[in-house]
Amino acid sequence: MDGSTQLGEDIWTVAGRTFRSRLIIGTGKYKDYALNAAAAEAAGAEIVTVALRRVNLSDPKQPMLTDFVRPDRFTYLPNTAGCFTGEEAVRTLRLAREAGGWDLVKLEVLSRTAHLYPDMEETLRALKMLVAEGFQVMVYCTDDPVYARKLEDAGAAAIMPAGAPIGSGLGIQNRLNIHFIVEQAKVPVLVDAGVGAAADATAAMELGCDAVLMNTAIAEARDPVRMATAMKHAVIAGREAWLAGRMPRRMYAEASSPMSGLI
Amino acid sequence: MVRLTINGEARMVQGARDIAGLIAVLELDARKVAVERNLEIVPRSAYGATAIADGDRIEIVHFIGGG
Repeated sequence: MDGSTQLGEDIWTVAGRTFRSRLIIGTGKYKDYALNAAAAEAAGAEIVTVALRRVNLSDPKQPMLTDFVRPDRFTYLPNTAGCFTGEEAVRTLRLAREAGGWDLVKLEVLSRTAHLYPDMEETLRALKMLVAEGFQVMVYCTDDPVYARKLEDAGAAAIMPAGAPIGSGLGIQNRLNIHFIVEQAKVPVLVDAGVGAAADATAAMELGCDAVLMNTAIAEARDPVRMATAMKHAVIAGREAWLAGRMPRRMYAEASSPMSGLI
Repeated sequence: MVRLTINGEARMVQGARDIAGLIAVLELDARKVAVERNLEIVPRSAYGATAIADGDRIEIVHFIGGG
């Protein structure tokens, strides 16, 4: 956990870069790039995840992400979606580094399953390959605290456990595991995937996460821009609550009004 | 005329001798793409100095929306 606080300014740092917003949003599944850009603004996001794909040569003039969600306005976090091996991830991110000119990346090596949970053995192997090539790697992972430690030991710039399967919107399924990961980590921890409701984002931050990454929860809301605003506030609420320190849980009642002086 | 495989498709390209020329012929913006030639990254600064030849496999990619 990073949790740096400087004179009232609540910032966090990943791979030497400092951010104020603790909400990272994806750029997939939006109706169009204009709506995506409006949601990114409403979310107050400073980082957006992006994918790398072949240019459509038959229609080179089609709308481009970079014209709407501008890379001079947002830090692009290129992902490895669609890669199933370390070699594929390295090849993709080398191209992303050339296209974007920076080395901060999101590694995700998924299993070929219905739940899309990360293949952690291959994820760890890919991480080591990327670190050796000088990449700063934020790693999407399962919520296994043991593997999270292995990723950190291998040089991960941030640990990003799934709260629930990608795109499921089910919220954090194992709060205890997220707690364990936050407790042991010396690099930022972000819940990535599984957020559906604003309360889920708050819950992640109340567990002490440094930030939250989400895509579908905003993109598939009836009103994505309004949901982006809600998520911004949800993340702030959870962060403030974490910093404030919640009251202890009690298995009994404790009256709020004094019992003395009754008429 | 060179015979290339670009993004997995066979193409005959006329009027381009290097990567910079190829990008111009394809009407792409060099600042917004990344290029791989025969599995090797071509740095943007080397587009003009990287010749293309028959049989080259070229990948031209860019950023799109993703999670």
